[in-house]
Amino acid sequence: MRFVDEYRDADRARALATQIAALCEPGRQYKFMEVCGGHTHTIYKHGLEDYLPENVSLVHGPGCPVCVIPMGRVDDAIAIAHEPGVIMTAFGDMMRVPGGSGSFFDAKAAGADIRMVYSPLDALKIARTNPDRRVVFMAIGFETTSPSTAMTVLRAAAEGIDNFSVFCNHVTILPAIKAILDSPDLRLDGFLGPGHVSTVIGCRPYEFIARDYGKPLVCAGFEPLDLLQSVFMLLEQLAEGRCEVENQYTRVVPWEGNLRALEAIGRVMELRPYFEWRGLGFISHSALRMRDEYAAFDAERLFDVPGVRVADPKACQCGEVLKGVLKPWECKVFGTACTPETPIGTCMVSSEGACAAYYNFGRFTRQRLAVAVRA
Amino acid sequence: MCLGIPGEIVEIKAGRDDLAIVDVVGVRRAINIGLLGQDQVGIGDWVLVHVGFAMSKIDEAEAAATLALLNDLGQAYTDELQALAESDIT
Repeated sequence: MRFVDEYRDADRARALATQIAALCEPGRQYKFMEVCGGHTHTIYKHGLEDYLPENVSLVHGPGCPVCVIPMGRVDDAIAIAHEPGVIMTAFGDMMRVPGGSGSFFDAKAAGADIRMVYSPLDALKIARTNPDRRVVFMAIGFETTSPSTAMTVLRAAAEGIDNFSVFCNHVTILPAIKAILDSPDLRLDGFLGPGHVSTVIGCRPYEFIARDYGKPLVCAGFEPLDLLQSVFMLLEQLAEGRCEVENQYTRVVPWEGNLRALEAIGRVMELRPYFEWRGLGFISHSALRMRDEYAAFDAERLFDVPGVRVADPKACQCGEVLKGVLKPWECKVFGTACTPETPIGTCMVSSEGACAAYYNFGRFTRQRLAVAVRA
Repeated sequence: MCLGIPGEIVEIKAGRDDLAIVDVVGVRRAINIGLLGQDQVGIGDWVLVHVGFAMSKIDEAEAAATLALLNDLGQAYTDELQALAESDIT
């Protein structure tokens, strides 16, 4: 594999590990949060924690869009799906997410017309070809998907399609980071900023983290060496007494972000006063809703949405996992009652969820290590 | 969903300059390129595709690295590619 090797070279990884170790103050513990589920995946898949000194730990953040959907919103969507004439459309990731009374798959089995789509534009096409049906798109995700929903609504408006609407559950990453910084549970030394979200929002919006909270942030790529390099950059800032936003992933992330994408979001959507995040509770100005100008495409106004609030199952500790307070394997039901086949919590559903990533990869590394230690 | 899929632009639709055909590991599908400037992308360019929209332009090396990373995802990536293969936004 030409190209790829340069991001995965074991010698370079070891060299970086040595440089990282040299930057650490003896006796000091460092905790960095990787905000994005894609990073969590790389960390477990490649056993990156083994390259880090014992006093540097990575904690997983809330950056998995499926994981943070509260159960009540799933129930609301299912209620819409059962309305007469409705075709509910959703990304494949969403189908197994448990609500208070079952998942989309369960609702489909019970007779609701729920269809998987790859893009909101596929949902729009279903609306175009089924003019006698009401097609609703279950919109989820951070800034990587909200521009696409916005562009689809603009397209629907331009074409005059009147049987398409959006059940908007888009969330924004910054208030969640702020909530974690304000939470007394966790002392963090810095952040690995999300790679692809930053292609949209750029690096500037993170500046409050450095300025107001005194924590450095480095926007990081997804390759193993990207993450090690980013940890090195965080430690270098701390060692030099700097506290800044830096961009390790310059080959993809422009400092200013994607202005067209931000403009599309701003035209169609506005911030909600508050939104419930699974496990994190209600966070102010943390999610998007449709603007009044696009009320005709807003499923929340077109349908009688029950507004269900469902408490998470008692056994489920997704909230602690999403805040980085617990590691996946420290959850009481991890790998026993809760597995990717029968998830109790959302972190086990999506491939970007910390629990699923650890279940699929990380636990084998740990088992190998445990065996090696005993031998 | 948060991880984009790299695709190479092989055609820009006549009469719909926001639509392009990309090749993603042999699968050819229409995507929307309206979030990138029309002067920014052309045939032969690589883009990161998120749920049917090109969100950023990348180079070939980054595309190869991202594809390798996606391959590591296993089933989740297979599912995403399958969904892309079934997508028809035109």
